[in-house]
Amino acid sequence: MAAFWLLQLLNTLQYAALLFLISAGLSVSFGLMGFANLAHGALYMLGAYLGISVAAKAGFWVALIASPLIVGLTGAALHLGLLRRIAGKGPMPQVLVSFGLVFIAVELVRIVWGDVPLTLAAPEALSGTVRILGVPYPAYRVFVILTGAAVAILLWLIVHRTGIGAALRAAVENPDMARAIGIDTGRLFLGVFTLGAALAGLGGVVAVPIVSASTSMAMTALIPALIVTVIGGMGSVTGAMLGAVIVAVIEVFGAALWPDASAVLIYLALAAALIWRPQGLLASGAKS
Amino acid sequence: MRNAIAAGLIAFAAPAAAETTVGLLLPASGNYAALGQDIEDGFRMAITEAARDDIRILREDTEAKPQAGLTRARKLIMQDQADVLVGVVSSAVLGAVRDVVHQAQVPLIVANAGNSDATGKDCSPYITRVSFSNDQLNRPMGEWMAAQRIGSVFTLAPDYAAGQQMIGAFSEAFTAGGGEVVGGDFTPFGKTEDFGPYLAKAQASGAEALYVFYGGADAISFVKQYDSFGLREKLPLYSVGFLTAPLYLRAQGEAAEGVIGALHYLPSLDTAENDSFVESYALEHDGNLPSEYVVAGYDAGRLLLGALETGAEGRAELAAALPKVAYTGPRGPLEIDPATNNIVQNVYVFETVSRDGEMTHQLLDTVEAVRDAPNGCEMG
Repeated sequence: MAAFWLLQLLNTLQYAALLFLISAGLSVSFGLMGFANLAHGALYMLGAYLGISVAAKAGFWVALIASPLIVGLTGAALHLGLLRRIAGKGPMPQVLVSFGLVFIAVELVRIVWGDVPLTLAAPEALSGTVRILGVPYPAYRVFVILTGAAVAILLWLIVHRTGIGAALRAAVENPDMARAIGIDTGRLFLGVFTLGAALAGLGGVVAVPIVSASTSMAMTALIPALIVTVIGGMGSVTGAMLGAVIVAVIEVFGAALWPDASAVLIYLALAAALIWRPQGLLASGAKS
Repeated sequence: MRNAIAAGLIAFAAPAAAETTVGLLLPASGNYAALGQDIEDGFRMAITEAARDDIRILREDTEAKPQAGLTRARKLIMQDQADVLVGVVSSAVLGAVRDVVHQAQVPLIVANAGNSDATGKDCSPYITRVSFSNDQLNRPMGEWMAAQRIGSVFTLAPDYAAGQQMIGAFSEAFTAGGGEVVGGDFTPFGKTEDFGPYLAKAQASGAEALYVFYGGADAISFVKQYDSFGLREKLPLYSVGFLTAPLYLRAQGEAAEGVIGALHYLPSLDTAENDSFVESYALEHDGNLPSEYVVAGYDAGRLLLGALETGAEGRAELAAALPKVAYTGPRGPLEIDPATNNIVQNVYVFETVSRDGEMTHQLLDTVEAVRDAPNGCEMG
């Protein structure tokens, strides 16, 4: 039975790592720009499909780098060409435009890649299982956990230990004051948006050897990512980490212990967060 | 003289042959779009083979949404005056359009949705099914596995009507044969992509084997995840055959090796009818093999052609003639059970094997002429 709990613990970490990759960018652009970017799930989907195409030509490891880069650039182009124009116009235009982008992206993916779900094999080095405390666990899932952890540490260091990070925290805290002391918030926003898109793309390409790529990804990823953001608090990398772990614990252990309720447990957690801590556990402004 | 003119006018006004309008009620977008395309391809293949130009085909997108299906069905029936409807992929959509079809007295040839109720307690003289029922595929598999002396299973399926009916029919037959279902879960439908938590539970359950139903993207993800956890030796995987259907087999690759399933059609069936069917499909589709969806569309077309050959015309005559058509096609002998209007057909138990670097299905057993019990059907 100990093996069972260890397996579920590892499943939790793996799911949390993936959730964190998808949510980090959403959370920070939410907190920083007040922008509810519903197209974030579409960027994740794009990362998966681009990953499949690049991997077919140049292998998994190239795809792992190239796909997030392309998705990041796509994000930057979207921000400059479209989203920036509606950034200050309140939530309704933002939601409508970014949700419209989801439909466009889904149709484009259907035209280019077709309707049959696609998949990507894990690279040779990561196929098979490794033993963790005597329990066999898929090597690829261990890689996902390590990727998520590495990105989390790197982001935390950037936000808390560099000048850019300090500017970012200042801009989240009080954008007007930040501008007044000479921080170029426009460029900062663009950088953050690009990085967030790239992380969503990375999440997509990392996810696709586990879950297969289909157009429903754009929505199935968006909802938990929004929940992570609400529970963890907007605009905080640590909040996204905490939110991802909480959502993963609820989903994995819910599935294991109380499967009949597992579909609603996460919404109960969301409701609880909105009632007792509507700003999130570690919102910008709260110490993070 | 006046009579002659009248006769001439009538002869001129009467069309050469009555045109039959077919409404294809299939998803063109959403989760099941690929299935809808396969069914349409199969249906058009049958009509083309017969070289008939008096059949007008209209197509409406049901997506996978009951409400959309209902609206489109109404449009085809009322506005387009369709003589016959063909299609419905999702069991939920079939549930939604059932009453409309029954009340409007329009024949519907069901070319996929396995909803057991549609040829059970909700059966109708206007609904004829040429695909399969959820019971029809799972019951023989439960009996077969019990006969193989598999003592206990853990079951998994998505939490919606089809998943529950499939696992229910399997469990009943498997238990009746002396097996034991030691546990099982229904996973949130459309939300579960990572089956890791459920696979860990199945592993801890102590069952001898795993029995599942998944389709679409889930089928690919599930088989790959099952393989990645190294469960092949510990917990052999059995399923209703959609899991490793031809449509997904290429994406699953080696991970699907050794999975045992049951389906009403396999492209590798070795019969004259199937050989020529596979050949002519492959010719049109880059050498791809036809899926069971293509066959369902094709058989729907053959059924309609068979009914038209008897001279049936219009909704009422077609509805009466359709269930009387029987023929031997790609999937083997096919007839419609007059008690339920559900198809009577062979169910093939197969193993997914790797041959010459390609994944294919190897036939293990044929359960002949599987017929559903009426399950509460009273044909009015």
